[in-house]
Amino acid sequence: MNGKILASTVRRVLNQLRHDHRTVGLLVVVPPLLLTLLYYMYYEDSPLVFQRIALTMLGIFPFIIMFLITSIAMLRERTTGTLERLLTTPMGKVDLLFGYGTAFGLAAAIQASIACAVAYLFLGLQTQGSVGLVILIAIANAVLGMALGLLASAFARTEFQAVQFMPLIVAPQLLLCGLFVARENMAGWLQAIANALPMTYSVEALTEVGRYAEPTATLWKDLGIVAGCVVVALVLASATLRRRTD
Amino acid sequence: MTTTVAPAIEVRDLVVRRGKREVLHGLTCTIPPGSVTGLLGPSGSGKTTLMRSIVGVQKVERGTVTVLGRPAGSAALRSQVGYLTQAPSVYADLTVRENVRYFASLYKGVSTADADAVLESVGLADHATQLVRDLSGGQRARANLACTLVSRPTVLILDEPTVGQDPVLRDELWRQFRALAAEGVTVLVSSHVMDEAGRCDRLLLIREGTLVADERPDVITAATGTTDLEAAFLHLIRTGQTVMSS
Repeated sequence: MNGKILASTVRRVLNQLRHDHRTVGLLVVVPPLLLTLLYYMYYEDSPLVFQRIALTMLGIFPFIIMFLITSIAMLRERTTGTLERLLTTPMGKVDLLFGYGTAFGLAAAIQASIACAVAYLFLGLQTQGSVGLVILIAIANAVLGMALGLLASAFARTEFQAVQFMPLIVAPQLLLCGLFVARENMAGWLQAIANALPMTYSVEALTEVGRYAEPTATLWKDLGIVAGCVVVALVLASATLRRRTD
Repeated sequence: MTTTVAPAIEVRDLVVRRGKREVLHGLTCTIPPGSVTGLLGPSGSGKTTLMRSIVGVQKVERGTVTVLGRPAGSAALRSQVGYLTQAPSVYADLTVRENVRYFASLYKGVSTADADAVLESVGLADHATQLVRDLSGGQRARANLACTLVSRPTVLILDEPTVGQDPVLRDELWRQFRALAAEGVTVLVSSHVMDEAGRCDRLLLIREGTLVADERPDVITAATGTTDLEAAFLHLIRTGQTVMSS
């Protein structure tokens, strides 16, 4: 890894985001907007349901959004030839992957902070644990989304295909992560699938923050699993960055 | 003239297959250092495939490609070989300056001042703060060229660098290529415009994946008994004659 190349790649990816005002706007506005919607759906009649769903959503938004943004950004690198060009320069694959990871991790940190601020200050979200942990889990989820997005981009030839990986990769995790039906209440084979999906663990970690004032062992274990999944996805993604092609 | 100097690029019995089609059929040629070599031939004749093989981004079926004494695509060559693709591979959502500075940052010892100087040399200083997506086709091509020139490569592989440029600018670019060669840079330029061929030290004429000429322009016209290169190329194709040095 080369620090100078990594830093300039982070700056480059953030500059690309910065020039795209509408995307920045959507990144900042959409999560608070959806949380507000949830607030009016549940808060009056079932405030506890709101608490549970809002907390979970704080982890799910960054995952979905970074998955989409990264898979499209990486697909563009592949189709416009910039990826091939980068791979003919002294840049290492690790510099590129970590460059994306760091840049989108930073973007996710800002996004999560704003969403948390709105949720805690205006929508009455309460957790026993600290908001810092919620943001940390949100960032971990964003980086997970990014890593899976990088990987997914290798299997898409067009942007149409890339966006369709979202329902394929994100939806099952969303359905089985415990948001709709608690994991304990699922059929055994569904539980087995849920246990194999990384988002299950980030949702469990968020639930822990909701329940306990201090970070629990389960929380750290869950974060460790998410981090492990990130590493596996990045290693696989790195194998799809080929210097020589047909 | 060049027999005593080690060649900058040496291609031996190169066979490249793309899909089911064999594109290059055992091509052999050497390119002397500090020269401008023109690679000419109709569209689809294998020019880009040969250039990609020299850069080391093309999967090769058989044969060897050696650049500066190392196998093409070696890690050590990445800071010495500059490659300009035909389609602009620059970031459309960054400004011209951000693009050139980013590619500059990937190389050791290339400063942002160097990046700005290159922008000047391709006539884009006035457009430095414009987003690439807002540029005309010709300007975009020059932004692409700037990103290649900025690394100060020892071997410069340029795929159709002057397409769509106005005559004055084309002339200036050719002067630059000549000046670089005079400093010892090995320049390989592809073109399908014969009037540019006369500005090269040597020409490689390629047709359907096979070389039909590898000589100095004046030797090629003399050997075919013609007065211009267009006529010489036609003569070679019609008679099946080849003009090869050594």
